[in-house]
Amino acid sequence: MATELGLAVRRKSATPTSSTSIRRDSIEVSKLVDIDLCIGCKACEIACKEWNDLEVEETHNFGGYQSHEDLTPDTWDLMRFNEVDLEDGGIAWLIRKDSCLHCEEPGCLLACPAPGAIVQYENGIVDFDQEKCIGCQYCIAGCPFDIPRFDTETKKVYKCTLCVDRVSNALEPACVKACPTGSIRFGTKEAMQEYGKEKVGKLQDRGFEDALLYDPEGVKGLHMMYVVPRGEMLEEYGLPKDPTVTSKLGFFPAMGALRKLGSGAMWAGLLGSALFFLRTGRRFPPPEEEAVAAARSKGSEAPGERTDAATRHDADDSLDPGSEGDGHA
Amino acid sequence: MNRGGWVAVELTRRDFFKLSAAGGAGAAWAAFGFDMEPAYAQVRELKISRATEVRSVCPYCAVGCSMIAYVTGHESFNTTPHLVHIEGDPDSPINGGSLCPKGASTMQLAVNSNRVKSPMYREPGASEWQEISWEDALDRLARLMKDARDERFVDKDDEGNTVNRNEGFAWVGGATISNEEGYLTTKMFRALGCVGLEQQARV
Repeated sequence: MATELGLAVRRKSATPTSSTSIRRDSIEVSKLVDIDLCIGCKACEIACKEWNDLEVEETHNFGGYQSHEDLTPDTWDLMRFNEVDLEDGGIAWLIRKDSCLHCEEPGCLLACPAPGAIVQYENGIVDFDQEKCIGCQYCIAGCPFDIPRFDTETKKVYKCTLCVDRVSNALEPACVKACPTGSIRFGTKEAMQEYGKEKVGKLQDRGFEDALLYDPEGVKGLHMMYVVPRGEMLEEYGLPKDPTVTSKLGFFPAMGALRKLGSGAMWAGLLGSALFFLRTGRRFPPPEEEAVAAARSKGSEAPGERTDAATRHDADDSLDPGSEGDGHA
Repeated sequence: MNRGGWVAVELTRRDFFKLSAAGGAGAAWAAFGFDMEPAYAQVRELKISRATEVRSVCPYCAVGCSMIAYVTGHESFNTTPHLVHIEGDPDSPINGGSLCPKGASTMQLAVNSNRVKSPMYREPGASEWQEISWEDALDRLARLMKDARDERFVDKDDEGNTVNRNEGFAWVGGATISNEEGYLTTKMFRALGCVGLEQQARV
């Protein structure tokens, strides 16, 4: 995962291709939230705030166990408590840890026009670089899961980094470490998929027939997957059934095409200049001494006679600073 | 500018434009797909990378989870140690590195600006708390304990057995108390004749 130089970059926002010099054999990492094991204690929320030094926000009771009403620039991880009335009169209490899902095909990155502001590392982590963020909020529009949040104070967008600083130093993310029930797990993507499939099988044996591993194809998979016991209630959990990147991004590929067009126009212009130069050869202005002498002779004429624009233009171009003032005074 | 010979020392306006164009063309390679940025990015330095690990126990409940406190300037001669971060100790068989939400926020017990730093006293009938010194607080505690003991001390029970017990107060300890502190407090309150002794600590 980690190298002595840092994490290998797979791609960056608004940067056509990244370097081909690095070897593409990095391990892909993933978080997995086993919703079946989650007790909704919010230790992950606190651990996230603590590790990332995020400001405390005043909360209020709005009828439930949920602490904040929504994610904010200072709350990157939020336990959502959704209550759904069932047909048999019972209630489904759908608890979900909501934070960035680190898509394999990140809508935010594809939407971002600021070069390098959103980076996808070789291990799959998608991180924002606030230094390069221009605050346009296209990433918010591009995200199929509604995760990034804009800070009106700093004019930048923030979200979960999957503790890229910890992961690149061989530590697990803060939320994973804190989780007291082992509901949030961390490992290679492969290992997590294996765990998820096994767990889904167990849930199905226990009667949760629609249990599933949430790793949707529309975003080419996630680096934070869910084991969802009630798979038939994905929407109620707040997870889109079939998230896609392109459906929300019609405008942004067009931006990319525009960028290519602009680049093409620039190079065509340069090529045109070069061809012009080759055809006509070098062209010189009159020698400086002559130009100065000509300007001097014109400048010594009576001021009243210097009325035509061409003459004035010549005088302005002359290198003698005195001539200009003399002529127009 | 001399048309026939090469004059090296002069940088004319024209030469300046030429150089600018060359530089611009170099920068424009990026537009053709040549990435000028490094392929590896050093992002977000680990904030505990240079901190000292200090082992500790969670102060809150009786489970007694082990924690690691990350401190800068630890035991350095001229430095006041500064707490950077607290997280669970993975070596602990109790919590295996995990912490509950309250335990995960333990650092706030030390660094939060809203934390109470001296004894607080609210007079009977008053609505406001006021800060008092430890001296005053301990004096008042001692006074009340003595009064309560004098008032409610029982020499003999109804059947005439000598009991020498103090029914005026009970003692309740917290989870932060260690074995040794627990032993000492038990000794002291037994000496005062206290019967009701309880504490949450199972550490």
